[in-house]
Parts: sequence; C-alpha cells; structure tokens
Amino acid sequence: MNLGFLNIYWRDMIRFVRFRTMLFSSLLQPALWLAFFGIAMSSSFDQLMAGVPVPPGVHAVGYLTFMAAGIIAMTTLFTSLFGGMIILFDKNWGLMREILASPMPRDHVIIGIGLSGMTKSFIQSLIIMVFGIAIGASFFVGYDPARIVLAVLGILLFVGVFSLGFLFLSAGIAISMETPEGMQGIMTLLTMPIFFASNALYPIDAFPEVLRVISTYNPMTLLINGIRYFAIGPDFIAMGVSYTYSVTAICLSFAGLLLFAVIMYLFARWRFEKAVVT
Amino acid sequence: MAGTQTTEDQGIIFVKNLEHAYGDAKAVEGISFTVKKGEIFSFLGPNGAGKSTAINVLITLLALQKGEAKVAGFDVTREAQQVRESIGIVFQEITLDRDMTVWEILEFHGKLYSMPHAERRARIEELLTLVQLEGKRDVRTKHLSGGMKRRLEIARGLMTRPKVLFLDEPTIGLDPQTRMRMWDYIKNVNKTGTTIFLTTHYMDEADQLSDRISIIDHGKIIITGTSWELKNTLGQDLVYLETSNNILAAEALRGLLSVKDITQKSKGVLVMINDDGTKVLPVIMETLRNAGITIATVNLKKPSMDDVFLHYTGKEIRDEPTGKTSILSLRPGGN
Repeated sequence: MNLGFLNIYWRDMIRFVRFRTMLFSSLLQPALWLAFFGIAMSSSFDQLMAGVPVPPGVHAVGYLTFMAAGIIAMTTLFTSLFGGMIILFDKNWGLMREILASPMPRDHVIIGIGLSGMTKSFIQSLIIMVFGIAIGASFFVGYDPARIVLAVLGILLFVGVFSLGFLFLSAGIAISMETPEGMQGIMTLLTMPIFFASNALYPIDAFPEVLRVISTYNPMTLLINGIRYFAIGPDFIAMGVSYTYSVTAICLSFAGLLLFAVIMYLFARWRFEKAVVT
Repeated sequence: MAGTQTTEDQGIIFVKNLEHAYGDAKAVEGISFTVKKGEIFSFLGPNGAGKSTAINVLITLLALQKGEAKVAGFDVTREAQQVRESIGIVFQEITLDRDMTVWEILEFHGKLYSMPHAERRARIEELLTLVQLEGKRDVRTKHLSGGMKRRLEIARGLMTRPKVLFLDEPTIGLDPQTRMRMWDYIKNVNKTGTTIFLTTHYMDEADQLSDRISIIDHGKIIITGTSWELKNTLGQDLVYLETSNNILAAEALRGLLSVKDITQKSKGVLVMINDDGTKVLPVIMETLRNAGITIATVNLKKPSMDDVFLHYTGKEIRDEPTGKTSILSLRPGGN
C-alpha cells in the first residue's frame, strides 16, 4: 500500500510548526473570537433573555455556550477553506512540480493536505473548548469523565469530516488558480454565505423560508448540530429557542457531512487530474 | 521487459517528430533526437527556444501532443509511471522548501518515490558526501548559498538512482567559480553511469560539459553533434579581416585552396579556413597585398561554440557570463 499521503502530511506539519506567525495566529485567533465577540454578545443577549421564562425541567444555556459551538465551527471553516492555499504557493514556487513529476498518485496530495488541515482543526477545536469552558461556556455539564471523553471524540469526528470536506474544496480550487489574490477572492465569497446562513451565532428558525432551507442543509449547520449535541446535550433552550436533537437527526447530520466530504474529494481529484503544472 | 530491449536500439531517450503548442503558439515544432546511454547531452538555445517545453514533455509534466517520445525505453504517455520511476529532475528554478532542512528535503523525496527506509537513509548519507553538504544536514534550505541549493537539488535528483538525470539550466544565476564546480559535480555523476540530459543557454556549459549538443532555436533542432564536430563545420580556423576594400578582398581570397567560406561583415570579412590558420594567414596577407588591398585589422582564432551558435542561428545569446566575445559577433547584423 502506498502511504505517500503520510509524507505530504509530515511535510505540511513541519511547515505548520516552523512557520511561527502562522502557528501562533491560528491558535490565538479562535480564543480572541471567544474572548471579545463571545463575551460582548453574551452579556447583551443574556440581558435580553433574562426576562424570558424558562419552562421547569428544561436545560437552558447562555449565549456564550450557544455560540462557543459556533466558534468551533467557524474556526474549522476558516482554517480548512484556507488550508488549500499552501498548494497554490507550492505551485507558484515550483515545489509542486517535484511532487507531480513523482510516481506518487496525485490523490495522495489531496489526502495528505486534508489530514494535516484536519489535525490543525483538531488542535484549534480543543483550544476553543478548553478556553471556552474557562471563560464560562457550560460544555459537558454534569458529564462523568468517560462521557466527556466520548463527547469530545464525537465533536472531533464531526469537526474532522467537515474540515476534510472544505480542505478538499480548497485544494481543488487552489490547484486550479493562478494567484493567491484570486484564491482569496473566491474564499471570501464562499465564507460569507456559509458562515452567516448557518446556526453558528443565532437560531435559523425565524429565517425566511428559502434561507432557512439553505441554512438547514448547510454543512456548517450540520457540524454545529453535532457539536451542540455532544457538548451541551440532546435537549436545551438557548436564546428562547428550544433545541431537540434525536439520535437519528444527529446521524443524518453526520451522513450529510460525509456526503459533502466525498463530493468535495471527487471534485479535488478531478481538478488535480486536470492540473498542468510546469 | 519490453522497455529495456528497445533501449539498446533507440538510445535512452528517443524523440521523434515531437511537436508542442500552447494554444496557437508553437513551442516545439517537430524535433527528433536520440540520447545515448551514458552520455551528457545538451540542448543549447536561447530562452524561449522550446527547451523547457521539450523537457517537460519528457519528464511527463506536460502531456505529449504530437510525435513520439520514450525515456529509458518507456513511452511518456502510455508508461508515464515507469518513466517517472526511471528519472531524476533538477528544475530550472530552485524548488526547495525554505523551511525544510537539507536532510528533510532528501528524506521527503525518497519517501515520494517509496524508497524503503534503510535504503533511503543510506542513500542520503552517500549523496550528502557526494555534493559535500554533510555539514549542512540540519540547516534549513533558506540559509544555504545558491551553489549549495543547486548541489542539494542535484543530490535530490539522484536520490532514486535514476537512469537519466534531467538538468534544466543547472547553473543559471550562479557565479563563474560555482558554475565550474557544478560542472565537476555533474561530470562525476555522469561517470557513475547516469545519463545526463541538460538544457542550457550558456555556450561554455554546452561546450565543456556535453558529449553531444543539439542547437535548438524557435522550437527546431538546427544541428546536432559533438562540440568538435559542430566547430569543424565552420572550418578549422577563423580569420577576421578589416581591409581597405572588403568586397575585393573577399573575391581575391575566394580562390585560395584552404578557404572554406567567406562571409561579409559590415566592416570586414570573415574567412573560414580548412587548414592550420597560422600557415594560411601569411598566404592570405600576401594575396591581399598583391591585389593592392591594405589590411587594417586581422584576427585569427579557433571557432568557438559562440561562433557555431551565431553561424547557425544568426544571433548570439546576450547574457553569456564569461566575458568572451565571439569574433563573429563583432559586426552586428553580420548575417
């Protein structure tokens, strides 16, 4: 079995660790989102929600807890969408030619970059969870240690598949692009709708019909469903909206993410087979 | 293997009627050549002559459009995978990851070609010694000098013990001293049995390094031969004269037995001679004196690769770093 993708993975992790500014900014950025946006928004939202009565016996969570799950998803989205950029740099600096002229199958580049991007997302997600809990997000409340471990693994499973999907998309775009500016443009264009047409920062129930449907099937929403299910629980109220996740619903969300990742992989493979790099 | 059998007859690289175009722009227009096993073969031509395009087709980075090309006995289209496994490449630009160390660059490359662990590690040590980078093992490539980077790239190209090593402009941008040392490295590599295909726009590089040279211009091969053969096509010696009447001088000299050809230049005449110039020169001067023509300047020299190149392409390559000028090029618009 050809394990060429591990080689690509190894190289990309070396770069991640050695490129200090990238390393620290990528680790600090999600914490800053939580610290500033999270605390600012939660203090005003929680004030607004203070008057809304919570039915007895229902688990109500504050805004910080609600949006911390969204921040994990957002960070994963950004990191993964820009994760393919390295391929564009490799291409423009001539480094990609060494790889493409080698006997290693081209899809190993996609898989290797996917796995290293996924690793970065895992690290970031863990940082957000720890930091989020430290500043007051009520994740894993009342869980015993074994259940916490399972919940964290569940979250990472969702984060992993989601990040692979967007890394594949990003890699497929990167190998087809000529300039980082063009890539940046496309990425910005993509991030906006994916991020805002989701339940990351607010409930989508009150959205206009079309937007609500889009948001429901948005991979971002599917990911956040999973994170909230594992981190908060299957049944809770946030911002006056009641959330109930059945096991079936969570499995469907996960299946949706898997389907998304597979389609994106096929897209990336097609782009890599077409790619001419000289 | 079917591949190895044909290698004997067709050489280690076999190219027939290769054509390549980018849209409407033709980069390579039907070239054919054969590289023999164990030789150093050069493509000599100006930038934009089609050298890199041809090399990119041979190393399978560009799909073959028209014609036939085999490397190490394998067809570049149908057996691209085997071609890739048989070759090493040093690209024109530096293609080293700045943040990886010398050792990591070689390790990564070995893994890329699925070399077994033990063989890979042993080969790295061998090559670090060959290119004298043992002391730089854990240095990131951004801290290496230009010459060291090139040496590392050559080591990388040799990692998998390729049958053919492709060198695309191997000494571009290096200082003259480093270039000479690079040539020594390349010759040493060749001595160990690796066939070398190199492209260059440096006359001296093609001249001193290669067993055979193809002069390529506008996507076509103009002439192929050993350095000696190519120079001999211009005669044994060249005499350049500036006289009181260049047209009459040319006519007077045309009858001489040892004169191969005469070219009019804007201020003088260039005489190609088939004999030892030191013996012919007095005869030339005598002939001209008898014809009543006064000589203002005379210059005798062996034809250089520059002369050959200028003769066949009608132009010289400007950024030649050696400072030598060709006597053919003294007169602009000479052809």
